[in-house]
Amino acid sequence: MLKTTAGAAVLALGLAFSAGAMAQETLKIGVILPYSGPFADAANQLQAGIDLYLAEHGNEVAGRTIEIIKRDTGGPAPDVARRLAQELVVRDNVDILAGFALTPEALGAAEIATEAQKLMVVMNAATSIVTEQSPYIVRTGVTIPQLNYSFGGWAYEQGIREVYTLVADYGPGIDAEASFAKGFTEAGGTIVGADRTPVANPDFSAFVQRVADASPEAVYIFVPGGAQPAAIGKALADRGIAPPDFKVLAQGELTHPEAMESMGETARGIITTFHYTLERDDPLNAAYVEGYTSANNGRKPDLFSIGGYDGMHLIFEALKATNGDTSGDALVEAAKGMAWDSPRGPMSIDPETRDVVQTVYIREVQEVDGELQNVILEEIPAVKDPLHGVAK
Amino acid sequence: MISQITIVLFDGFAFGMLLFLLSVGLSVTLGMMNFINLAHGAFGMFGGYVAVTAMRQLGLPFLAALPLAFIAMALASVVIERSLFRRLYKAGELNQVLFTIGLVFVAAAVATFTFGTVQQVIILPDWLRGSVELWGIRFGIYRAFIILVALLVTALLVFGLERTRLGAQIRAAVDNQRMAQGLGLDVERVFAVTFALGSGLAGLGGALAVEIVGLSPSFGFQMLVYVLIVVSVGGLGSITGSFVGAALLGIGDVAGKYFWPEIGSFLIYLLLVSILLVRPLGLFGKR
Repeated sequence: MLKTTAGAAVLALGLAFSAGAMAQETLKIGVILPYSGPFADAANQLQAGIDLYLAEHGNEVAGRTIEIIKRDTGGPAPDVARRLAQELVVRDNVDILAGFALTPEALGAAEIATEAQKLMVVMNAATSIVTEQSPYIVRTGVTIPQLNYSFGGWAYEQGIREVYTLVADYGPGIDAEASFAKGFTEAGGTIVGADRTPVANPDFSAFVQRVADASPEAVYIFVPGGAQPAAIGKALADRGIAPPDFKVLAQGELTHPEAMESMGETARGIITTFHYTLERDDPLNAAYVEGYTSANNGRKPDLFSIGGYDGMHLIFEALKATNGDTSGDALVEAAKGMAWDSPRGPMSIDPETRDVVQTVYIREVQEVDGELQNVILEEIPAVKDPLHGVAK
Repeated sequence: MISQITIVLFDGFAFGMLLFLLSVGLSVTLGMMNFINLAHGAFGMFGGYVAVTAMRQLGLPFLAALPLAFIAMALASVVIERSLFRRLYKAGELNQVLFTIGLVFVAAAVATFTFGTVQQVIILPDWLRGSVELWGIRFGIYRAFIILVALLVTALLVFGLERTRLGAQIRAAVDNQRMAQGLGLDVERVFAVTFALGSGLAGLGGALAVEIVGLSPSFGFQMLVYVLIVVSVGGLGSITGSFVGAALLGIGDVAGKYFWPEIGSFLIYLLLVSILLVRPLGLFGKR
């Protein structure tokens, strides 16, 4: 009896000791993403970006070993994201919160980051307001107004005077419509019609017919990724709304690799605005695409992947700067103003807004070596989100 | 204006026919066996993945992949019916609903594990792509093809049920199961064949739907709502009902979105409610 008690005591002491030693070394990052449900693909692509960065750089930084703890929201589920963030902080003692593919989930977890004073790296959620929800939020993805405001101005410069907008009827779509229209009308253009499609819309023929009736010079489109880009692209082509007679403008989701494959010839001439271009000729990007496709059975990286990849880069560099100090204040301070070269191009974190500043690429689908690709027409460097600090 | 109404009718009818192909199987099996199979949309997903795999891995042409999707799902459904569903025929409706909705989750997980979460793509042959211009109106070729297939399936089903021996057996089994058994009909076998036919049609519908609505592991959930709406509007067990209901909903959906885009997406539900208020059993429901 005495023996067992003594044994147990020694064992308990040993456990306590090793746990203490672990705590000094291990650094926990809680990643909150919708790994299951309708946005599972986005979550998996983002996670693959995180995994690739860890595979390339090892999981040790500033004398600490990185441990990733994944939590699935199954969402869009802001309340679940909030609960998971709380559990990660309280129960799992994570040092950093990361992930956040969807705006509502980022908004749900923001308050927890503030209360717990933990760095929260938003790797995708793309509406402007996200970074304003907590002083501990830093974003490494993109903001929708950042892409579309300059795009609107660019469209006018190309001689386009009338645009019909067609966007998905939810936060990001409405953001895209507003910021494109703002850029375009400020330059002098006219929006001749604006329709919004249901978020889960299987069939676009009716909306596309409305655009055809108005016969504008150009149509601007925002749809979520997944099945909709190819569906709307083909519906446009069936109505004869296709380049070169019509200009089709959109945010980059419309011409992601699977959508291009499905659209085939009908994708030719579509002009999109995006912050990450798969085919961009750049050694960093080439190595990144190579590493990503070989690690993911030939699947190509997308905007979620690059958000995750650069999010990890930010965490690593911030930890190096603080020498392994994981307090939220120190890490946010280190992140402010940080600048680096990413596979997407040069990017930095705005010290004022903690939001991402990056190059916006205007691309057109053209044939290169017998394959359709997004060919960069114009690079607009160091674009900030135009809505921060604007009284809304 | 005439040309716009024509094209809206055409597009709506094509979308309706796609819904018809996806849901007619459920209407037949539900009306016959009183078995509520909410996994019907997942059966469509299975057919879609069969077609995609056949075209990608085996290099089969699209026209060969369609019957393959039908046959593969029909055979798979025999296994599912024997091993899982048969136990639930006598169970309550709630058990059937819970079990089959659970099956949709399982199917989604299996699809994710096997094919990943990525959107699958079907590359149509050139002659099905693009559009053709008649009287100054551009008609999508693939949509016309879907209408053609749906009309063909309807003709075969109506003819099969009205004119063949199996059709007579099915109608007998539906009308009065005990009497049919008393006359020496093997009702179990008739049910198995019917279930395979309905499921095969779901597989075919799924394969045809990929080009229009895409294909990912959540397909079974996405299409379930539409399928149930068509079945409840058309009435159980009625092929004509499914046809008319699907056409009405497809045209209502597209026309609604065209004329009133602000409320367009609700119109399909308004139609559903108003039809069921007037005819609780659906347009052609018998029971």
